[in-house]
Amino acid sequence: MALHATMNAPCGAGRVARRSVKVSAVAATPTPARTPAATGSVKRAMTMTEKILANHSDNASTKPGDNIWTRVDKLMTHDVCGPGTFGIFQKEFGPNAKVWDNERVVIIPDHYIFTSDARANRNVDILRDMATKYNIKYFYDIKDRSNFKANPDYKGVCHVALAQEGHCKPGEVLFGTDSHTCNAGAFGQFATGVGNTDAGFILGTGKLLIKVPPTMRFVMDGEMPEYLLAKDLILQIIGEISVAGATYKAMEFAGSAIEGMNMDERMTICNMVVEAGGKNGVIAPDQTTFDYVRARTDEAFEPVYSDGSAQYVADYKWDVSKLEPLVAAPHSPDNRKTARECSDVKIDRVYIGSCTGGKTEDFVSAAKLFYRAKRQVKVPTYLVPATQKVWADVYTMPVPGCDGKTAAEIFEEAGCVTPAAPSCAACLGGPRDTFARMNEPEVCVSTTNRNFPGRMGHKEGQIYLASPYTAAASALKGFVCDPREYM
Amino acid sequence: MLLQRWPVLAARPSRRAAVCVQAKVSRSEGEPRVIRGKCFVTRDNIDTDQIIPAEYLTLVPSKPEEYEKLGSYALIGLPDDLYPERYVKEGEMKTEYPVIIGGQNFGCGSSREHAPVSLGAAGAKVCVAESYARIFFRNCIATGELYPCETGARLCDVLKTGTEVTVDMDKNVLTDHSTGKTYPLQEIGEAGPVIDAGGIFEYARRQGMIKVA
Repeated sequence: MALHATMNAPCGAGRVARRSVKVSAVAATPTPARTPAATGSVKRAMTMTEKILANHSDNASTKPGDNIWTRVDKLMTHDVCGPGTFGIFQKEFGPNAKVWDNERVVIIPDHYIFTSDARANRNVDILRDMATKYNIKYFYDIKDRSNFKANPDYKGVCHVALAQEGHCKPGEVLFGTDSHTCNAGAFGQFATGVGNTDAGFILGTGKLLIKVPPTMRFVMDGEMPEYLLAKDLILQIIGEISVAGATYKAMEFAGSAIEGMNMDERMTICNMVVEAGGKNGVIAPDQTTFDYVRARTDEAFEPVYSDGSAQYVADYKWDVSKLEPLVAAPHSPDNRKTARECSDVKIDRVYIGSCTGGKTEDFVSAAKLFYRAKRQVKVPTYLVPATQKVWADVYTMPVPGCDGKTAAEIFEEAGCVTPAAPSCAACLGGPRDTFARMNEPEVCVSTTNRNFPGRMGHKEGQIYLASPYTAAASALKGFVCDPREYM
Repeated sequence: MLLQRWPVLAARPSRRAAVCVQAKVSRSEGEPRVIRGKCFVTRDNIDTDQIIPAEYLTLVPSKPEEYEKLGSYALIGLPDDLYPERYVKEGEMKTEYPVIIGGQNFGCGSSREHAPVSLGAAGAKVCVAESYARIFFRNCIATGELYPCETGARLCDVLKTGTEVTVDMDKNVLTDHSTGKTYPLQEIGEAGPVIDAGGIFEYARRQGMIKVA
């Protein structure tokens, strides 16, 4: 793979002279040729993750523990890490270097958008400058913060935008400067988060040195009860194995319950892989996946599947019909309790949003419960659609089984706060004036992904992570509440 | 541990004049990998929101002034009731504690590179913990901001904030100077030289792995 870059080079006096330099190929150290007898004619049985990484490196096969150079299909960054990433790229590759492929970098401002914080707004301006300088094809810009709809390019939360814009494809390798990049594993691809330095390296070379992770398998079988959602399943798993239970490992999800889920629900599961310490999550692509992807891109892709005799380091199995609605109580995503055993916990607010729990399916679920209950919420209930598309769905899509009403109508009737402009908003606190930021020590039920101290703002805030059903039920009750009470 | 084969990269050679971040470890060749100083003790599952809360992420680490500011906020997210002693005193920019002690899963949560950067900018040199979350661990090495040492000992139960310790990564031992007791450390391995050099890019340059075509 050849890089073309204009590099600075030192001249004799120690000052920098500019000259055009053709960069020679970025390649792994050549390995000596091996005879067929040595390689063997049968490839090693591999998991999906091992196969994807083998396909993207110069290896016939990989095994857990291998350090390999992987080609990168897409690199994503946002307003919090993008400026730093490009800063490193410019420092290390030179101010005149070009990115490895200007169509494979996706820049999505989403974290601190609707704020008066000058530095936050400056960071979006920096992204714009970078997108222009490097001719970045996909930059979902926002200029008019007072009206998100006035920005045709702006999308919102990066992980949901990646999926909705057709950047997630089976068999591919995606890195993002955000821990929830693992979200995209729902599409049967290798997707994980990295820091600015690694991302800066990818910008210049289109490759990254990583270690192949072993895979843990989680089989979720049976028919999903009507009161259970994907969020309950992933909370079940994280509660089981702990926040470090999958450290350095891939988490592969399978089983009839998974197969029956749409892409939004599959993303919820893969999204929280990082909360168990996992490196990446994967779900085998099927017709559901292909239909979703084909509706958004006609770029080619090649789905990859785990071999029948692939080896897993752990195997878990659940009959989902036996599971109950769960919460992760303060202050850890693995502090698993049933919603009903927390029914004495009085709450101050509910938050429905984020890449984890602010997708269309999440709002549809919450709306269904509100509609059935035909009651008003007892606490401020904040709604933040993840992207412009989700916002549009909330306002235009009739919710199934709700007499043609849209989610927005149902939310209004239930007394929720008007759905806000799409962004990450209060999931991670952010600048002080962020919508729904927890600035007082309150108790919140949230469809987000983390509840460590201070996560949503105030250090003494208490966050119960939950599914959209549980969040909606809790809003109606004024206490942490099992959704079955309203079904 | 991390590095087996390196590609031949051609990139700009070292020209550190303009952007020079001071607080990276940057150890000279031959110098012993030994750090002595006061330790700051934390517990299990210190996530990156506690290391550097989200509201400070508007600071861009590659800008020298903002890099320094990040350091002043290092570990400010720790709950006050559990940690009455601040890692960086109010009004200060640098810490008194070059050694951080952790339990399990240090650095979990968000991938923000601002986390090891803020620690390094504050003056942290080494963290000694039972285990690390992977992105944080990787970021420590890539940035060269601090050594992520591992230990089997439950040091967070034994040491107290303010105790003088020596972390010797050549002999793989931590010494508690208040008691004289020593505790074994795991080898820092291949990560050591990368952090010595000040991060993955500088390491690659010094090794001649990056050169102008």
